[in-house]
Amino acid sequence: MNAPMSFEESRQAGGTRETLVVIGNGMAGCRAVEEILARDPDRYAITIFGAEPRVNYNRIMLSPVLAGEKEFDDIVINATEWYEDNGISLVSGDPVETIDRDAKAVVARSGLRVPYDKLVIATGSDPFIIPVPGHDLEGVVTFRDLDDVNTMLAAAANGGEAVVIGGGLLGLEAAHGLSLRGMKVTVVHLMPTLMERQLDEAAGYLLKEELESRGQTILTGANTKQIIGDGEGKVAGIELEDGTRIKASIVVMAAGIRPATGLAKAAGLECERGIMVDDNMVSSDPDVLAVGECVQHRGLCYGLVAPLWEMCRALADFATQEPSGYEGSVTSTKLKVSGIDLFSAGDFSGGAECEDIVMRDAARGIYKRVVLKDDRIIGAVLYGDTADGNWYFDLMRKEEDISDIREGLIFGQAFASGGALADPNAAVAALSDDAEICGCNGVSKGTVVQSILDGAASLDAVRATCKASASCGSCTGLVESLLAVTLGEDVQAGPETLCKCTSFTHDDVRGLILEKELKAIPQVMQELHWTTPDGCSTCRPALNYYLLCAWPGEYEDDQKSRFVNERLHANIQKDGTYSVVPRMWGGLTTPNELRAIADAAEKYNARTVKVTGGQRIDLFGIQKQDLPAIWADLNAAGMVSGHAYGKALRTVKTCVGSEWCRFGTQDSTGLGVKLEQMTWGSWMPHKFKIAVSGCPRNCAEATIKDFGVVCVDSGYELHIGGNGGIKVRVTDLLCKVETEQEALDYCAAFIQLYREDAHYLERTAPWVERVGLETVKAKLLDDPGAIERLAARFRYSQTFMQDDPWAKRAGGERSDLHAHIAEVRPLAMEAV
Amino acid sequence: MIGNWLDIGPVTQIEPGSARTLPVEGSDEIAVFHTMRGEFYALVNVCPHKQGPLSQGIVHGDAVACPLHNWNISLKTGNVLGEDDGCVPTIPLKVDAGRIYLLREAVLGQTSPAGAD
Repeated sequence: MNAPMSFEESRQAGGTRETLVVIGNGMAGCRAVEEILARDPDRYAITIFGAEPRVNYNRIMLSPVLAGEKEFDDIVINATEWYEDNGISLVSGDPVETIDRDAKAVVARSGLRVPYDKLVIATGSDPFIIPVPGHDLEGVVTFRDLDDVNTMLAAAANGGEAVVIGGGLLGLEAAHGLSLRGMKVTVVHLMPTLMERQLDEAAGYLLKEELESRGQTILTGANTKQIIGDGEGKVAGIELEDGTRIKASIVVMAAGIRPATGLAKAAGLECERGIMVDDNMVSSDPDVLAVGECVQHRGLCYGLVAPLWEMCRALADFATQEPSGYEGSVTSTKLKVSGIDLFSAGDFSGGAECEDIVMRDAARGIYKRVVLKDDRIIGAVLYGDTADGNWYFDLMRKEEDISDIREGLIFGQAFASGGALADPNAAVAALSDDAEICGCNGVSKGTVVQSILDGAASLDAVRATCKASASCGSCTGLVESLLAVTLGEDVQAGPETLCKCTSFTHDDVRGLILEKELKAIPQVMQELHWTTPDGCSTCRPALNYYLLCAWPGEYEDDQKSRFVNERLHANIQKDGTYSVVPRMWGGLTTPNELRAIADAAEKYNARTVKVTGGQRIDLFGIQKQDLPAIWADLNAAGMVSGHAYGKALRTVKTCVGSEWCRFGTQDSTGLGVKLEQMTWGSWMPHKFKIAVSGCPRNCAEATIKDFGVVCVDSGYELHIGGNGGIKVRVTDLLCKVETEQEALDYCAAFIQLYREDAHYLERTAPWVERVGLETVKAKLLDDPGAIERLAARFRYSQTFMQDDPWAKRAGGERSDLHAHIAEVRPLAMEAV
Repeated sequence: MIGNWLDIGPVTQIEPGSARTLPVEGSDEIAVFHTMRGEFYALVNVCPHKQGPLSQGIVHGDAVACPLHNWNISLKTGNVLGEDDGCVPTIPLKVDAGRIYLLREAVLGQTSPAGAD
């Protein structure tokens, strides 16, 4: 293409027409020209500069080209003829290097100088290259233009491994393409969730699972430290911050894009993140317009294609003197990975004034979430079934009041538009008797209604009699509607659910975690149809505990689902400082330990030092950032965490027993120490206290503990379910055993039964009262093998728990939890 | 938004679903939150109820449950959610190229009002 010539030709042909120069032969630049031509084809003599040596093509379709689903020719928008037919001069492969605003002309690399009356900057955006060591090695590519695609295709031809840095839209499409081309692909993503700008945690989880099932390795929360070379200037792999190394013959940087503002900045145009434009796409120079990904409009920069169409419309209206104005765009996203249906639009970060409607269908892998504010849709995330994406998007853009269709909204357009059927009860009442209500168990509406008429007056009773809603629970809402329609006011409330995020009870959730082998919090929420995206402060700690208890050694404790005390391994006090309690086995201590505690108290300014009711010493007023240091000091003297802060084994209180006491019948102190050594570190539904008294005088107050031992001449009385708290409850006698070993085994078994059966935040006392002493006794004593089995499970679990959390933190683990990120001093004015 | 922005470091220093603190000499400490969704917010690190350190609460959705008495605070607005009343001052925050910025004037608050430079 001989561009300068055709430019001259068009100048001559144009005569006195105004000249319009467009910098950028991409989607925005050409679309702007198309829009102008559509309005007034004779108004301007037009020249388009393109940096790439080719005609205008659809950049967003590069992903299908990489994946082998399309050829380059398929994605060309405007071929050479278009430029010729419209008298446009195309200067390709000769990028503009300077804008001379004083002379109103642009100068290209070759020296070509073209004057303009109006200039349109459509330079798009540049891929963001993470400036890690090795980013300039051969084989490190971005994913922006056809050249990048060709480089990737060449690498894929040799097979081998590829790494994609960035788990956003672009990165995942690149990974998909390379994977289809036969490469073994690892996606390295900085954030914990894939496509976190478009997806919430739940949808991101489903996407990750799907991609992993397709053979990709997805590493989230992974920070790239460097790109490793092969010694000859070519890429050989990458290294992550945690030291992990991944082999790769090609590394795709898809960590984001930046508006390409270099040219505009150099020309003195006002820029922030992008080139600043008004509603008519006019920059700070009235003769210079800008459009597309390079601009910043009302504070926003866009990286998607839809806003570009609207901007080009506004630009063309203005350029043909009928200004209409651009008011910003609401954007939606679809992932172009075949077989994965994913849609996201608007603001779905939720918030105080927002309401979420969530529907999950685990069996079909579907997740839908619509975010409402003031009865209008402001955001939507759909995974697995995106058929209604456009409908939600349309309602969102038109800001339609959806209060009339709200109840059926989440079921989609077909359901919600049923007019009168928008009332879910009415909709359910209108269903025919043979309509299927519960897909898992194949239960029809007629069967459910019959069982309700036969006396099943609550959700639980329906589940028990006809099995509807007894499996996955996704039809719970329908069953509840049937109860309401059939019985009206006479519906009996079901048992209390775990929290407002779920219709399942604690017992349901615990049972399903085991039955379905659920091993992560997002997985539980998806499979059990949680109604909130990431739970609440009630269910998160409960699920964390249930998973920890169900899968010892397998489940990784989720620190962000822990209450502060368990996260910081100390007790928060009313002033925001912490108290620190080292363990004193069975209430025994030594001069050496006491000296270390005294030293620590002085060194870290413990304002109060108190002996606790559990026979140990509490240091109050410790600052958050001093915790690792005080723990290191206490560790050095041989002491470990006392877990005085946890839903965990707290203390084993003892009396001195037969070693010193004239009434003592057994070595109560010794047994206490053994019990504490066996049980310390175990996480429980709630705090758990043990005591051992050496005789029935019971100086250790064993009969108001969760597990109490009272020694007698002939052996040990074992007591359970006591509590000295708000409501004092004296223990029940479980049984009497003859040997110390039996006392230990029964204690382990009882704790494990409590751990596996009680609800989170339920002490042993209310638990025993709820399930009944007889049930607890039967579970422990009726089956001769029960004690052994339960105790074995407890001891197995303990092999993963008896790891002093203080020592790990003192050793530097999770130092971020204890340190400030920075400090601000007004005079210095700078963050550290 | 017009104003000077204070760079407080990379986004990676705050684990999603948690918060970290930024003491300000002569003014209230600031808590910077990173939600599970990947959003960032900054609030004064003081619960309107009994002055609990919000940075230590459980972050869920875009709310935080105060560690002292479980009041829920909206990270977006600083308003207390549910049946309780109150409001925590929020600090304008932006994320750019992987770094977190706080609006300088708001950080310095009462101690050094206009024209912080």
